[in-house]
Amino acid sequence: MAIRRAMSGRIMDRTAVFGARYMSSWWRSVQPAPKDPILGVTEAFLADQSPDKVNVGVGAYRDDNGKPVVLECVREAERKIAGNLNMEYLPMGGSVKMVEETLKLAYGENSELIKEKRIAAVQALSGTGACRLFADFQKRFFPDSQIYIPVPTWANHHNIWRDAQVPQKTYHYYHPESKGLDFAAMIDDIKNAPNGSFFLLHACAHNPTGVDPSEEQWREISHHIKAKGHFAFFDMAYQGFASGDPEKDAKAIRIFLEDGHHIGIAQSYAKNMGLYGQRVGCLSVLCEDEKQAVAVKSQLQQLARPMYSNPPVHGALIVSTILSDPDLKKQWLKEVKVMADRIIGMRTALRGNLEKLGSPLSWQHITNQIGMFCYSGLTPEQVDRLTNEFHIYMTRNGRISMAGVTTGNVKYLANAIHEVTK
Amino acid sequence: MDSVFASIVQAPEDPILGVTVAYNKDPSPNKLNLGVGAYRTEEGKPLVLNVVRKAEQLLVNDQSRVKEYLPILGLAEFNKLSAKLILGDDSPAIQENRVATAQCLSGTGSLRVGAEFLAKHYHQRTIYIPQPSWGNHVKVFTMAGLSVKNYRYYDPTTRGLNFQGLLEDLGAAPAGAIVLLHACAHNPTGVDPTVEQWEQIRQSMRSKGLLPFFDSAYQGFASGSLDADAQPVRMFVADGGECFIAQSYAKNMGLYGERVGALSIVCKAADVASRVESQLKLVIRPMYSNPPIHGASIAMTILKNSDMYNEWKIELKAMADRIISMRKQLFDALSAKGTPGDWSHIIKQIGMFTFTGLDSDQVAFMTKEYHIYMTSDGRISMAGLSSKTVPHLADAIHAAVTRGC
Repeated sequence: MAIRRAMSGRIMDRTAVFGARYMSSWWRSVQPAPKDPILGVTEAFLADQSPDKVNVGVGAYRDDNGKPVVLECVREAERKIAGNLNMEYLPMGGSVKMVEETLKLAYGENSELIKEKRIAAVQALSGTGACRLFADFQKRFFPDSQIYIPVPTWANHHNIWRDAQVPQKTYHYYHPESKGLDFAAMIDDIKNAPNGSFFLLHACAHNPTGVDPSEEQWREISHHIKAKGHFAFFDMAYQGFASGDPEKDAKAIRIFLEDGHHIGIAQSYAKNMGLYGQRVGCLSVLCEDEKQAVAVKSQLQQLARPMYSNPPVHGALIVSTILSDPDLKKQWLKEVKVMADRIIGMRTALRGNLEKLGSPLSWQHITNQIGMFCYSGLTPEQVDRLTNEFHIYMTRNGRISMAGVTTGNVKYLANAIHEVTK
Repeated sequence: MDSVFASIVQAPEDPILGVTVAYNKDPSPNKLNLGVGAYRTEEGKPLVLNVVRKAEQLLVNDQSRVKEYLPILGLAEFNKLSAKLILGDDSPAIQENRVATAQCLSGTGSLRVGAEFLAKHYHQRTIYIPQPSWGNHVKVFTMAGLSVKNYRYYDPTTRGLNFQGLLEDLGAAPAGAIVLLHACAHNPTGVDPTVEQWEQIRQSMRSKGLLPFFDSAYQGFASGSLDADAQPVRMFVADGGECFIAQSYAKNMGLYGERVGALSIVCKAADVASRVESQLKLVIRPMYSNPPIHGASIAMTILKNSDMYNEWKIELKAMADRIISMRKQLFDALSAKGTPGDWSHIIKQIGMFTFTGLDSDQVAFMTKEYHIYMTSDGRISMAGLSSKTVPHLADAIHAAVTRGC
């Protein structure tokens, strides 16, 4: 008896100290997450020893030497900023100055809507953060709504609205046969969606296809969306980066504004100012009047507060420093045009090289498409051949990042594509 | 076209920010802002640490630096060093690769990512938070999909810890429930358990299989010692059990607006930590893809350079010492005035905040008559005080407590 009591006493002590669940982890059943398809490409590229290797999977701009670029206007802005100010918290809605300048880019320098203070806007964590805030906002105030997403789209769009618990539907967008826009089907989908649906639109330089509607097509899209009372949410991640002219790249948005839509916009400075890792962007929602804009902004802040309290100051300071200084702004516009022009030049070169090689296929989509990405039309098997035989890395959907193409590798790339498609 | 948002009402003002708004409007030369949750110097100015400026210069001058995307989990070296900072250089959990760390947006971001992970992967959806706690805690956990319950913490009669109530409430929690613990310098009360009390809390929690989630926003800032302030966390990790830790560099490195923090999940085994890490990415990617580079680069620069690290410790201690000195000065001033009541909690409480025990009427009186701005729960930020302004505050408290007597 005494022995049993003593033993059970020891066991109880052990339990008291270490807990009933000492022996196993809470997270035993956590599965390893699937690898990110895009990051996997870069990993494989880095591991490849071949001197000929080419990375056209990368979603970040590269110069003609294949190097990442920090814009001169950004370096200049950082020199101005360093050592000057404190690092106090921004308000929940972020840098007012940065947001003001950012709205001008999207809505127009002299926009009446800005003057009338009808736009609810907050600084957000680049494009992703802006989309997520909007998705959360949509969930909170339109809990029964769905989001219509184009096929295909940036993969993370699906993750964002899913985690915000907004159900998703898709609409036709890319037309594989023509490697262009499936316009008729897209319009049909807009017409068939229940009135008052939410539609996600890429403002310019559609990711991943590079296929944008023409101006006339945008007008028709606007017309049908208006007729159905749908809400248009624009993801604009490439303003200035697509055509080289920010005003031109905002055309779709301006058409919708002219037509009287109350839109939402996610803006990013990741690509067009090369501020990728700084996570600088903006979410804006156009309202009926100033009072409503104040209310909506306050609600957007309520969603930001439990996510990160207030957004990071450094990147926003770079943006506002550049955009509020006429000389720096001019320099930025020049540098954006250089980046866009280089991409457009590489499109021309790639297509030209393929045609020179006598490829039986049509490659005009390379120059028809716009922005960082080209949907080549290559099959996954062809992509695998490019990787295995030619050390060319891209995502298996055939998406080529034109930013990874240089005068140094465009011939090699064209030759390889020709080999696997002839 | 009618707006789809026509029926949206304006959200209520943030109670803490409202204080600063009112303060800014006040024209009085004697006004004092004790609502601010950010450190202020003796001159009442915000402070950027010298070592932070140094780190910044190094970054600016380094032409090779680019602004590419960080990995989803942030800067790897920053993560390693952050884990070491809170767990200790020689922590077995680190040596055994049992810690999954993600760079996040300061304390808030770390809490939110951790909470979302829990909502997705953990079998218990309830988190217990102390009464009272930082106002944003409830929102963070609720938005992540957890339900929030309270455990007793602050005792208004003693202005100290309601230890009995705490043990009872945690003892009554269902097995496996998540428990939020302020690692040090409890916000808003400044009341921390003693080492002995922490040990009892640990034993009780482990025996019930409760999951600790530490919010560490003031390491080094409370006592002036990074190691001392990390003691409670290290006690829990030393027993081999699992826990979550949200770290912030907002106050202790003065990086507030740069949003620098880290979430660490201490697991039982290395392979578990690796799987957990992979799942953290899936929480972060649809939230903001990857964290901001600037602030974490500054922090990393400081943490990995031993000279800069030592410089940081010295500047950190100076901030903590100034706060402790303000506590003493305020206590002495009230004692000298013979202000009725026991004010020893001012020097017993620790960290940036003091829960004075003043009620909302007294607070309103102090604002109206003495232009003292503070939250209506009686919380004052010691960081907002200086040797020059302590007498004015003491006068105000004295008047508030003795009026109508």
